[in-house]
Amino acid sequence: MDQRDASVPTISRIGPFRASVTTFGALTGSGFRRYATYRQATIAGTFTNIVFGFLRCYVLLAVAEEAAGQRPGGYDAGQLALYVWVGQGLLSVIGIWGWTELADRIRSGDIAADLLRPIAPVTGYLAADLGRALYCMLTRFGPPLLAGALFFPLHTPARWQTVPLFAVSVILAVVICFGCRYVVNATAYWLQDARGPITLWTLGSGVLGGLYFPLRLLPEEIVLVLWVATPLPSLLQTPLDVIAERDGPALQAALVGLQVLWAAVLLGLAGLVQRRAEKRLVVQGG
Amino acid sequence: MGELRAFAALGAAQWRSATSYRASFLVEMLGNAGATVFDVLTVLVLFQATPEVGGFRLREAMLIVGLSAAGFALADLTVGNVDRLKTYVRAGTLDAVLVRPLPALPQLLLMDLPVRKLLRVLFGFTVLGLAVAANPIDWTPGRVLLMVITPIAAAVFFGSIFVVSASLAFWWVDSGEIGAAFTYGGRDFTSYPISVYGSWFRNVFAYGLGFGFVAYQPALALLGRADPLGLPAWAGFLSPLVALCAAAIAAGVWRTGIRHYRSTGS
Repeated sequence: MDQRDASVPTISRIGPFRASVTTFGALTGSGFRRYATYRQATIAGTFTNIVFGFLRCYVLLAVAEEAAGQRPGGYDAGQLALYVWVGQGLLSVIGIWGWTELADRIRSGDIAADLLRPIAPVTGYLAADLGRALYCMLTRFGPPLLAGALFFPLHTPARWQTVPLFAVSVILAVVICFGCRYVVNATAYWLQDARGPITLWTLGSGVLGGLYFPLRLLPEEIVLVLWVATPLPSLLQTPLDVIAERDGPALQAALVGLQVLWAAVLLGLAGLVQRRAEKRLVVQGG
Repeated sequence: MGELRAFAALGAAQWRSATSYRASFLVEMLGNAGATVFDVLTVLVLFQATPEVGGFRLREAMLIVGLSAAGFALADLTVGNVDRLKTYVRAGTLDAVLVRPLPALPQLLLMDLPVRKLLRVLFGFTVLGLAVAANPIDWTPGRVLLMVITPIAAAVFFGSIFVVSASLAFWWVDSGEIGAAFTYGGRDFTSYPISVYGSWFRNVFAYGLGFGFVAYQPALALLGRADPLGLPAWAGFLSPLVALCAAAIAAGVWRTGIRHYRSTGS
């Protein structure tokens, strides 16, 4: 029997806090290694990100060329180009699309195995997702940004706090996105088949997250409502506006503050949904 | 006759499985249409910021989007499901398909009945209809014919792109999202006047791969506008020819792929 696995949470001599940190770290590492095995898919995905980067960037720059004052939505050409290319790099890091693992496990009944583990499912999946995000950050963030920098003049951040703030914003966006996906997937506890909610999520998060076009192109009131009332702009629009320095330093920091709030709300909500579901769960299959 | 009955049975089974989760099916259908709605909405939002993009006004751009959306939705409805091929190759499901005495491609298309994509086709053609109504088109017999043929040619072209990019899985099982760069990427490319793209990028996609003849050139011919990029007026009428070439290439790639196929053994 593998002694390390059996001993970490219970009979180790290290304290309970360090034990849970070790477990969390181990799960993060396993998430990282799991995605690191799909090397060819990483290359294929990066290529696709770059093609879409060119498509979006050319279109937005054409809009900027003929817009009033050449600043549509308050971005100049360099900021728009940075917005597009960092957005393509972040797309897989945030991981908006394609995660149906929890819904699939609920449907097949495999979720029963997750409930037996000595770690709450939300914590366990979050750890693995952070590992995935780290892997994507190391492999898939750079190439689109490099391609963008080679072919377009990109805005260079001028303030000292922009890059650290961007790093914090990305981590928060990953957590918020995980919370959203967890809740969407967890509808399978009640619906068995979560394809419908997942479709709505895929659709809404792309356009209202700021992927198709910067949300600042919409009327100001709509943008404000979206930002405060939904977590969606906190997924991509916030980190992208932070790195492009679209706003003054105060608003830039406030947007990240709003992300902190949404991250807390969504993690809480995911935990609540999970507890409610466990009370009524009937495991499928056999 | 027997073959038809077999296909009908396959289709009916899929229909029953799709409708067993009715709420999910309905949401999926709305979500599917929503994807195209948002594509069109994106164009509207961009034109809010500026009166012209790449030298084209909104109503002209809508004609281009309409042609592209209608053609893409039609192709996605009929052959879009072929992009699941890489899953079938990896899981070995394709083996079961190949041992049945029916052609492989139609079987694959019926393995997931895409009724949920119907609404999207309807929306695509609605946009096209509105765009045609909004533009003062000088109707000649040639233009009427072009109007009828272009969405079909666009669907054939996109369908061929779907088949070719799915066939990649025969050689490269882990091709992942690379097909999306040409299917969905192609749709995005054809949704805008191609004058907005940088020259080498445009040369590759529009003339090298043929995407320029899906919506942009036919739209110019319908509007009676000269091409700012210098192609002659009859270039718009090339779209069925380009589509047929693409279909022939797709058929060839598919046949070679099927012959090349070796089971993953899983």
